[in-house]
Parts: sequence; structure tokens; C-alpha cells
Amino acid sequence: MTLELRGITKRFGPLVANDRISLTVNEGEILALLGENGAGKSTLMNVLYGLYQADEGEILLDGAPLKMSGPGDAMAAGIGMVHQHFMLVPVFTVAENVMLGNEATGFAGTLDLDAARQRVREISQRFGFDVDPDALVETLPVGVQQRVEIIKALSRDARVLVFDEPTAVLTPQETDELMEIMRQLRASGTAIVFISHKLREVRAIADRITVIRRGAVVGEASPTATNAELAALMVGRPVELTVHKEPAQPGPEAFVVKDLRVVDDTGHTHLDGISFSIARGEVLGVAGVQGNGQTELTEAIMGLQSHVRGSIRLGEHELVGKSVRKVLDAGVGFVPEDRQVDGLVGGFTIAENLMLNRSHGKPFVSAGTIRNGYLEEFAQTKLVEYDVRASGIQAKASQLSGGNQQKVVVARELSRDLSLLVAAQPTRGVDVGSIEFIHKQVVATRDAGVPVLLVSTELDEIVALSDRIMVLYRGQVVGIVPADTPRETLGLMMAGERPEGTAA
Amino acid sequence: MSTTAKVPVPIDESAEPAAVPLRTALKAPILLGVVTMLVALLIAFKARAGKTTFRLAADTDFFDLPAVTVPSTATVATVVVLLALGTAASALLVSRGRRTPLWLIAIFAVVAMVGFLAWAAAGRTVPVVGLLGGSIALAVPLVFGALGGVLGERAGVVNIAIDGQLLFGAFAAAIFGTVVGSPWGGLVAAMLAGALVALVLGFFAITYFVDQVIVGVVLNVLVIGLTSFLFGQVLAENPQELNAPDHFERIPIPVLGEIPVIGPVLFRQTILVYLMYAAVVIVAWALYRTKWGLRVRAVGEHPKAADTVGIKVNRTRYTTLLIAGLIAGAGGATYTLVSVPQFGEEMTDGAGYIALAAVIFGRWDPVRATLAALLFGFATNLSGVLSVLGSPVPSQFMLMLPYVVTIIAVAGLVGASRAPAADGVPYRKG
Repeated sequence: MTLELRGITKRFGPLVANDRISLTVNEGEILALLGENGAGKSTLMNVLYGLYQADEGEILLDGAPLKMSGPGDAMAAGIGMVHQHFMLVPVFTVAENVMLGNEATGFAGTLDLDAARQRVREISQRFGFDVDPDALVETLPVGVQQRVEIIKALSRDARVLVFDEPTAVLTPQETDELMEIMRQLRASGTAIVFISHKLREVRAIADRITVIRRGAVVGEASPTATNAELAALMVGRPVELTVHKEPAQPGPEAFVVKDLRVVDDTGHTHLDGISFSIARGEVLGVAGVQGNGQTELTEAIMGLQSHVRGSIRLGEHELVGKSVRKVLDAGVGFVPEDRQVDGLVGGFTIAENLMLNRSHGKPFVSAGTIRNGYLEEFAQTKLVEYDVRASGIQAKASQLSGGNQQKVVVARELSRDLSLLVAAQPTRGVDVGSIEFIHKQVVATRDAGVPVLLVSTELDEIVALSDRIMVLYRGQVVGIVPADTPRETLGLMMAGERPEGTAA
Repeated sequence: MSTTAKVPVPIDESAEPAAVPLRTALKAPILLGVVTMLVALLIAFKARAGKTTFRLAADTDFFDLPAVTVPSTATVATVVVLLALGTAASALLVSRGRRTPLWLIAIFAVVAMVGFLAWAAAGRTVPVVGLLGGSIALAVPLVFGALGGVLGERAGVVNIAIDGQLLFGAFAAAIFGTVVGSPWGGLVAAMLAGALVALVLGFFAITYFVDQVIVGVVLNVLVIGLTSFLFGQVLAENPQELNAPDHFERIPIPVLGEIPVIGPVLFRQTILVYLMYAAVVIVAWALYRTKWGLRVRAVGEHPKAADTVGIKVNRTRYTTLLIAGLIAGAGGATYTLVSVPQFGEEMTDGAGYIALAAVIFGRWDPVRATLAALLFGFATNLSGVLSVLGSPVPSQFMLMLPYVVTIIAVAGLVGASRAPAADGVPYRKG
């Protein structure tokens, strides 16, 4: 069994998302599709899965062209997909999710749930999963939900399985387990397409690697290639993968959080009494799987959460109970985790976005009027200084690429005197070139003597930038450890296990 | 790897009781307390002497239950004590971090109602069978409307246009019932009229992504305008040829219809009521037990997931909405094919909105929504029966009753219910 994509082209208006892409995957083989965010990987796979119709090119299964008008046709042809954002109905049980669209029925269309349960058990057993067919999907941990996705694909006898960025939501340990499952699947003869932008994972599991950049295949590589070679292929120029920084010169403690508790409106506790401190000139990295209280921590600091108890002290100022305005005036810079929602106003120009956090007075506003001359001059300088690629300062923020949008946010937050920088997921969905730049800015801020709180779900980023690492699990601090702590230990901590010899 | 045990972080577990926030849980005992106070005030300030009779029998029962006669004031006093006990029980449960169970609220409501009737009908006779049977008859359009609403919203389309479907159904039933010369012709026409409104709603809401609430409201206004115009221009001119449909007769079911109380209330009704029973059972079964129902619910919860397993989202929404329209239209037929065989302007009186409230009060579940609709039917009938009895409560106040019950039910008792996740959200591919 061989699946071949031949000359697939997909356009969205003037944008060519896929440009004559060809690739082949064989039975019992793992093909990695490597490329940056926005390179066109997901578009290609949505074409393969029938969610999009290709403008040109064809898909061949064992040499015979497939006619696809929807995902139903792809499934009938034996193509299954494990989506990056799980395609599971949260309020359905595992069995209901697995049978959906492929229902076993009895009299008058009655659902045969027993058959579905049996199918789930059978596949679970084959791969050693521990999945209860009657569990509600929304109550399952992310890693188990992903297994439900795999079971769903296998229950339709998928012979080609596409994994779209499957490790983005997993802990390092869960990632290892997933890789083991993929090897098992390969051994049983399934053809696998593994989509990722993480070099380490691609090298660990792939038999062959196809690299795409800006919608086109730019080369093939073997798993024995080095990280640097792969990165250069992916980005199109040599990239510095390691962040150069001098050892930290921590000054006095400047930012102290004590016994912080955050509860939401429905009574759920998101942060359960966490305490830590950051010195001047130090980066504290906050590691953890997404959804363990990181968002609430940054929002509590900024004054964006309503039920906060405990103490957050920045120098002389107590921040708990203060309005966002007061927090900003205390000198806190904030790079929010979702720039599209919280970081920028998409319909505003770059210049307008650059003055958002100082819209109430000097230097941009005098006597209630925006000083356009000053603003333009300021924006022009920042555009150059932060290497924002745009048609000009009057370009709308929504028209910029992810990396350039993020540079605008970083430029705004760093261009005033800071006493604390809170950076949440500063490089999520940002191209490698911009990542390099933003990392340098974070280190420079630290070196200028500002305490930095860095929140990231990418462990590599945490390890590269932090001086100390704090691991959060279910709203509690598992431990605060030095930056050179081994990855396996950090991984275990992210799953809530506290290694011996570390203090909480 | 040297590790010790998992960090003891029982956040999720300990957060579970807190997931019912005190503020929400407190609503029930407070509401019960207020009702208890109100009933107590009745005898404190406006005690009425005399005895109240509850007549339970109807003609042709197997055997006649004797009428129950009780002294008015003493009964209300007993009721107040019982209500106070119920309130205390609810408060006790809430103080222990639990919810007030629905059965407690239901018993409380029945007891409170007995107390109120004993007071209001002092010196007279309450026709219990007529009160309950009439409630069912009045609830028929609400139940059909609510079933249609439940189906639409489960598939992800908010249907504000239930009122329009009822009204247009009533209109079509009147004309075609007259022209065809059979109420069955009227019923079929009513269902098609409901489906037509649904088709227009779907066209804008599903195909063109227009805000569903706005389309629904506009459709209601459109149907009111259209039917009023045609009524004035056409029907009022030729009432005999166009607006005098035959109506459905009561069909007592043998044996079942002769059981005391239950028989005359449930089984001496028109065919529309029996169709309603069937509709509730079929909709509940289809939604939860069939392949079709699973797909409808998937489309309303997570349309993209449904799409990725090969389900045509928008086609499913259209078919569901059309079926819902057929059902709601049948509810409209009740207005013109049962008691008053004739169409009148705006004769639904906003019943569709009450049906919509029943959908939410019933938490998007066909059986619960039906019970909610029956409650509203009871409230409506109660105001009618009491004004016939000559109750001391001003009649304008009694007319408010169904709407007051609606507000209390939706705002006070529903609690944190969860609508289908994609309810009201149009599905666009990609």
C-alpha cells in the first residue's frame, strides 16, 4: 500500500498555501513532514483528509487516483487523522465518539452501543491502552483523549494515519509513550505521516523527513541529519539554535509572590497557594503542561483576575487588588499568551498598537489629544529597531505575520522603563527567525537588571532562557530547580512527581 | 529515576462541591422561603372562612371518588407548616453543600398549590379534573413548540421563530381545514407551514450565517404582519369559505379513559393530544437512541468533529430544523382545530416565547421541556379557572401568572445548565 500526493496546489485567494507539493508514504513507514508554523503543513493534510479541495494535483492510493469530496471519502479510502485540536465531542462518551459517523445500528436506526464498546476495548487491548469506553471525553486527561482519537481512526481500519502536531499538548513522558504507539503502529503495517516543527521528535521517530517551507517542498533529509542542518533547511538560512547568554548576575529580590490563590467564578481553584520570588537580573521560567495555572498566574499579576488572595509585591508596591492601570504604572511589562486576542487590536495600525499601554497621558497624549507627530516618529524608530517587516507604520496589525505581530507587542512592552517583565508564550506560532530575535530581547532585558517571569509550554525555550525553573502542576508549585536540571526530571515534575532532593 | 509519590494536589476533587457555588445553591431555599411567607400572609391578613371542596370525579369513571371538603383556614395553616418544613430541609441541604433535589421542589409546589386553592376557593368547589385536563389542552402548543425548539437547538440552530411557526401553523390550519373540509387537511397544512418558516430560518441562519436570534425575531414579526394582513383582507371577508374549519372531536380512550382523575385528564382528549404524547416519546427516543440523534447532537456540540467523520453538518442541521418545523407547526394547529375553530389575529399571544422558555427550563431535553411546558399550561389554566370561581385575586394579576412562572422558572430554578456548545453558531468550513 502506497499513498502518493502528486503536485498538490492549494490557493486561498492570492495566497498559495501549497505549491505543487509531491510526497509518498509507504506501508510500515513513518514520514515526517517538517516545517515552521504557517509553512502549509496543516493545509496539505486537510487536503489529504478531504476537508479542503486541492486546486491542482491528485492523490493516489496504490497508483489509483482518489476522488475526494469530503472527509467521508478519505476515511473510506483508509486515511485517518489525529487532529492537533482533538475532534472529539466533549459531552459524549468514548464509545459514542468512536462510533460517530460510522455507527453500528440495530432496529430502525437504534444505536448499538455494545458493539462500539466492544470495538473500543478490542483496539485498546491491541495497543495496551487503558481507556474506559463509557467515560465522558471531557473528563479524560489530554493524553488519553489523544488515544481516543487514535482508536477512532483505527476503528475505521485506517491504513494511513496522519498525526498533526500531536505532541503540542503532551508532557515529555506522554510524548515518549506516543512515540512508542507510533512504532507499534508502524510495525503493524500502518503508514504514518507525522507533522511537526520539533526537530528532536522528528529525528527520533521518522524514517524519512520531508521539509516544507512557504508551501513548497524544499528538500528531503534523513533522520541522521543534525538539528542545525534540519533547522537551516526549514528556515532557509543558518540559524542559531542556542541562546547565547552570560551567567545571570542576580541582584536583590525584587518581585515576591506569597501564598497566591486564584479561584474562578465557578469556584474552581486554579492557583493553590503558590510562593516564589525573582531577583533583579534573573529569568524565572515557569514550566508545565498547558492549563496548570500559568494563565491565571500571569493574569493575577496583571490584575486581570477577580478572586485573588495572597500577596504579590513588586519592590514597594503591593499588586493584589490593584487595577491594571496601577499595575502598568508600577512598571510591569506584559507579553500576553494570545497576541491576537489580548496583545493587539487587529484593526489598528502598528503605530496605534505601539501606544496602547500609554494611551492615558504622556508622552503620546497631551491635553486629551494624540500627538501624531511624536507617535509616528516613535513608531518609525521601533519598526527599525525591532525589525518588524511591514509595509509601514500605518499597516494594520492583522495583516502582519505571527512573528511580526509578536515583535510589535514586544517592542511596545520593552520600550518603557520596566521593573518587571511578564512574558507568556512569547514565541508561540512565531517563525524561527523571530524566535531568535525575541529571545535576544528577553536576555537583554534581564541583563539590564529587570526581573523576568517567562511562561512557556515549550520546555526547550524554558531551559534555554531561564536561570531558575519553577514547575506548575494543577495550580501548585512542584518545585523550583536550577536551569541545568535534566529534561527527564523536569518532565516528571510536569506530571506532578516531585524528585527527591528538590525543595518545593 | 528517583522520585517520590505524586504531589498531593487534590484540587479537582476538592473543587467538585464548590462547582455548585453557594450563590446558585441558595436560590432554591430563598425562593421556597418567599413562597412560604406569601402563603402565610394569605391567612394572616386575608383569612377566608368557610370550607373548600375539591371535586375529583368526572362522569363515566369506573367508580366515583368522593369530593374532598376541607375547612379553608385550617388547611392553609397546615400547608404553611408543611412548606416551612420543606424550606428548612432545603436550607439544611444547602448548608451541607448539596443541591435542593427537584422532587422536593415539586412536592413543595404541589402542597403550596393546594394551600392556595383552599384559600382562593373558600366556600366553593375546585374542579380538579377540569383544572388539570384543561392544563394539558392548553399546554399542547407549548409542548409541540418546545419539542421543535429542543430539536433545533440540539442541532445548533437557535429557534426564536417558534412563535411564528405556531401562528403560521394556526393560520394554515384554519384555511386548509376549511377548504379541504377535514381537520386532517388542516393539520398537514399547519405542519408544512411550520416547516416553511423553518426553511426560511435555515436559509438565513445556516446558509448565510445571519445572526440566528435576529432572523428568528424578524420571522416572528413577519408572520404576525403577514397573517394579520391576510386575515383582514381575505379571511374576514369570507369567513364561511376560508375560516371555519372542522375541528377535532374528543376521543375518549376506552378503559384508560375511565380511570378516575387520570382518565379524564389524560385520556379524554383530542387526537392532537395523543399525537403530542407520541411526539414526546419519539423525539426523546430518536435523539438519544438512534444514529440520527447521535449525529444531531454531535452537530450541535462540535460541528467540526462531526464534519471530520464525514457527517454533512449543514445538511443535518437543515433536516433537523425542518422536522422541528413540522412539529412546531402541528402545535399551531391546536389553536384553530380544537376549541375555537377559527383564526384570529395574533392568537398565539406569544406562546412561542413561553415554549422557548420551556426549552431552556427543560435544559434542552425533550422530556424535561415537556414537563416545563405542562407547568406553563397549568399556570395559564389556573388563571382561567380562578376567574370563573370568582377568586379574590384581581383577574389582571392572574393573567400575569404564566409569565411570572416563566421568569421564576428560568431565572430562579434552572441553575447552571449548559446549552449545546455550538448552539447558535453557524458552521463554516475550514
